[in-house]
Amino acid sequence: MFSSLAGSVGGLLRGVGHRLVDRIWRLGGGARFFFYVLIYSGESFRRLHLTIREIYFTGVMSLIIILVSAFFVGMVLALQGYNTLQKYGSSEAIGVLVALSLVRELGPVVTALLFAGRAGTAITAEIGLMKATEQLSAMEMMAVSPIARVVAPRFWAGVISMPLLAALFSMVGILGGYLVAVPLIGVDNGAFWSQMQANVDFRADIVNGIIKSVVFGIACTMIALFEGYDAPPTAEGVSRATTRTVVNSSLAVLGLDFVMTSFMIS
Amino acid sequence: MERTTIDLWVGIFAAAGAAAIFGLAMKVGNLTTTNIGETYAVTAAFENIGGLKPRAPVKSAGVVVGRVDGIQFDSTNYEAVVTLKLDKRYPFPKDTFASIFTAGLLGEQYVGLEAGGDTASLANGDKITHTQDAVVLEKMISQFLYNKASENKSSETNSAEETPK
Repeated sequence: MFSSLAGSVGGLLRGVGHRLVDRIWRLGGGARFFFYVLIYSGESFRRLHLTIREIYFTGVMSLIIILVSAFFVGMVLALQGYNTLQKYGSSEAIGVLVALSLVRELGPVVTALLFAGRAGTAITAEIGLMKATEQLSAMEMMAVSPIARVVAPRFWAGVISMPLLAALFSMVGILGGYLVAVPLIGVDNGAFWSQMQANVDFRADIVNGIIKSVVFGIACTMIALFEGYDAPPTAEGVSRATTRTVVNSSLAVLGLDFVMTSFMIS
Repeated sequence: MERTTIDLWVGIFAAAGAAAIFGLAMKVGNLTTTNIGETYAVTAAFENIGGLKPRAPVKSAGVVVGRVDGIQFDSTNYEAVVTLKLDKRYPFPKDTFASIFTAGLLGEQYVGLEAGGDTASLANGDKITHTQDAVVLEKMISQFLYNKASENKSSETNSAEETPK
């Protein structure tokens, strides 16, 4: 009786330990992968057209979803914000509310979540399939480093695209908020912009938002690349890796956002 | 897809992104308003600044003429020393009166300047001597309650002693 209980508890603990060790191995693998990408990234700037091609696929192709979502997010923010601010008789503060929430939080975070869904999955699936069809091994055979040729350009494309996308998100979101607040609801045009300009600080709000988006860009692209590179070379393995990319990127973005915000707000 | 088309689209994307960052800085942030013209700094000491924060506006007649640059505590006089950066285009007389007001009932606090009649103007590094502190709501309420209580007490004693006035 006791021995069977001890056995089952031992089995449970072994399972937990095995998983933990497995996770730490993967984390170490990810860190090593990250360093390899940084070491080999000289190539992606020397042959710039590789990186530009990837910026087209990750950045330009994500534009439509990012801009449309930004527009709607801004409009909803203005509607909801107006509803609450009106109760306190300060509906002119709607511009500040829309601008600050977009520039500080929603711009970088929502862009990163959409980016992980739109571009991250594509990267994972592409690299996973390259691996499954042994294209990466073929490159190694030809003495071409797949990290330098395939991975590093995608990494830099993601890191360059994210801040640009986040800035466009914030700008278009503010335009959406403006369209709802001023022509639709009838908030004063001057008050909308002047309150916004008085309360949004360039260094504390806009630059911090850009820093956030760069960090999210690194995290999302890195996770997508590593999951693709690490995927088991089967159809099922690639599909699981794609799912993991979205889940892990989203969690990483939200967690990093909390950590960075707590450092930035002091 | 052809390489030139890709290059074009990436160029458009990068330009739009850069324009968005520039637009955020100029139209949304206040990079333009803080950098307009040159400023001169004056200080003003207040016994209580309430909730005044750095970068709060300085207004005169309702027009923003500068910003609060910094707030320090002076431990010799136990006062708050507020540094104001005023636009060089707007000179103020030496006996200008600085007070801390609240925009709206619960709005942010700002420094209001009322010009005096002196012919000499404030220069960089000068100190505004005439100041009025922020209204602290709790102080006002406690004062009101105290007055009310003393009023009641005095009326009670008056009625008890029946002292003719």
